[in-house]
Amino acid sequence: MPFELFVALRYLKDQGSQTGLILAGIGVGVGVIIFLSALITGLQESIIERTLGSQAHVIVRPPEETPRLLPAGPGELRSVVVERPPQRVRSIEGWRQISSQLERIPGVTGVATTVTGPAIAVRGLGSIAISVRGIELERYQTIVDVESRLVEGRFDLAGARAVVGTELARKLGIGVGGRIRVQAAGDRGVVYTVSGIFDYNSVTLNESLVFVSLRGAQTLFGLSGGVSALELTGSDIFEAEALAELIRDRTGLDAQSWMSQNGDLLTGLRSQSMSSIMIQVFVILAVALGIASVLAVSVVQKAREIGILRATGTRAGTVTRIFLIEGAILGAIGSLIGIALGTFLALFFASMARNPDGSATFPIALTGALYGRSVAVAMLVGLVSAVIPARDAARMDPATAIRNG
Amino acid sequence: MAEAASRRLVLEVRGVRKTYGERVITEVLKGIDLELFAGDFCALTGPSGSGKTTLLNLIGLLDWPTSGQILIDGRETGPLTDQERTDLRGTALGFVFQFHHLLPAFSAIENVMMPLLARHGSPKPWIRERAAALLDEVGLSHRSHYRSTDLSGGEQQRVAIARALVVDPILVLADEPTGNLDTETSAYVMELLHAFNTRSGTSFLLVTHEPDIAEGCRRVVHMIDGCVDSDRVVANKTGG
Repeated sequence: MPFELFVALRYLKDQGSQTGLILAGIGVGVGVIIFLSALITGLQESIIERTLGSQAHVIVRPPEETPRLLPAGPGELRSVVVERPPQRVRSIEGWRQISSQLERIPGVTGVATTVTGPAIAVRGLGSIAISVRGIELERYQTIVDVESRLVEGRFDLAGARAVVGTELARKLGIGVGGRIRVQAAGDRGVVYTVSGIFDYNSVTLNESLVFVSLRGAQTLFGLSGGVSALELTGSDIFEAEALAELIRDRTGLDAQSWMSQNGDLLTGLRSQSMSSIMIQVFVILAVALGIASVLAVSVVQKAREIGILRATGTRAGTVTRIFLIEGAILGAIGSLIGIALGTFLALFFASMARNPDGSATFPIALTGALYGRSVAVAMLVGLVSAVIPARDAARMDPATAIRNG
Repeated sequence: MAEAASRRLVLEVRGVRKTYGERVITEVLKGIDLELFAGDFCALTGPSGSGKTTLLNLIGLLDWPTSGQILIDGRETGPLTDQERTDLRGTALGFVFQFHHLLPAFSAIENVMMPLLARHGSPKPWIRERAAALLDEVGLSHRSHYRSTDLSGGEQQRVAIARALVVDPILVLADEPTGNLDTETSAYVMELLHAFNTRSGTSFLLVTHEPDIAEGCRRVVHMIDGCVDSDRVVANKTGG
């Protein structure tokens, strides 16, 4: 064991209650950080999962149709009233090429082709406005895990089969094997057999979303061989807006990120993160001041011993390292106590409130990265906090320290 | 002193002055000259305030002289950096203080090992063996794992002597080593110091107020008002 570590450990042990109290202080600080981080990260992940679990990170669509004016003839003056044309379901031109282009963008983890358009679901006298989404299940599954949402039947879209939400099924009074007529604009209609029922934990989506095969939707909306949207996911959900901007620049298409479509959610998440960071910064500051004050007192208490160590051949640098190591050890052990405390608090809190389905009302995210970061931060704070006391110890004049210490 | 010429000079103090204060200057040492040879056993006596401890601190490289030179084993210490002075302290000098000044968090053997641990970085078997042998020599092998706070005053001073000798120094500086001990223990401690001096040839410079202790040394340097008043060899104590 190196000399500095040997002395630092012995001093910490010898200080007994002083060491115990500061370890408890660091433990509580780190525990609060872990508890808050786990809770806020868990809540955010849950919110994001609920929001993005049913949608892609970026959706690429053809640009909106705009009216084009015929150029006026020479010397001709025309007065025109420009009316915006109604937006219809249109295909992306050259979508195969664009799709493979998107797949090559670094950070893109999945691209799916879809045909999405408005329609009305009719059963008997009942009808509901719906959004029909034509997908290739295997590819769509890479960006949104739809199969895991299935609560009844199978996710089978072959032929004229459709998967509907729980609300739509309830309102139209149908179950698996039931039939509905889907009526699109232009008097195009298809009768589908319900093969499965999903639950997205969203009344709106459960009522309005209907999955059919890509080919079926192409037929319904008159887009033979075309797709109305390319939906994709990226490795970092918070980079979605940058990705959308890149796609707009490269393709000239209309690319919308989940962030631009959920502005309020994003602001809420950012505010939550900021408040969490602020709390953590102040806790770290309090911990740092605690360690620094304990070590400063320790240096004063041990002035004579430091003088003796210096007199008997211990270099100033060695004395500095002894106190730096003390700080780091306090940080390391304190963080382990904090991990235990934070984990206990988080698990206890999560077990206190449960949803009817048994899941935690306050989901928590206790990860190895969080623990690793906490230990690293606490050790660093311990080291930094020890700098001033360690410097003071090393600067002590041995003769004065022995005489007055 | 004729034989001194053939002996190794371990300490030379040349015209050392020491002043304190900036506005009101107090001159504590007024030009000290002193030589100590290998194997010397010298007492430094004088009334309180005569500058004995100040001189000891300067020789021990714990303080800097205002002017003058201090050579240890022929090496001029004035130009040395703080680190070089520390290293020289740790290899050539040993300290014994009046109040023992052991480290209370450590056991007797760890206190003795401390100067070698500071120099060599980590506990090695030979360091422990050397410390154990020295503790045995001062008659404390049975107390080697006692905390210093659990030892009597005399035992603590014996541990401090072992600590001073563990680096095999050329000069041991002792500031009132018996000042806090009863007569019997004082005599035992002095016996130990003389025995080490005779056996290893290590030089000793002792600050003392006690005439008996001083007369037990081979040489007595008496200081008054920051000057060497007398430097004499004690009758029947010459040689060695």
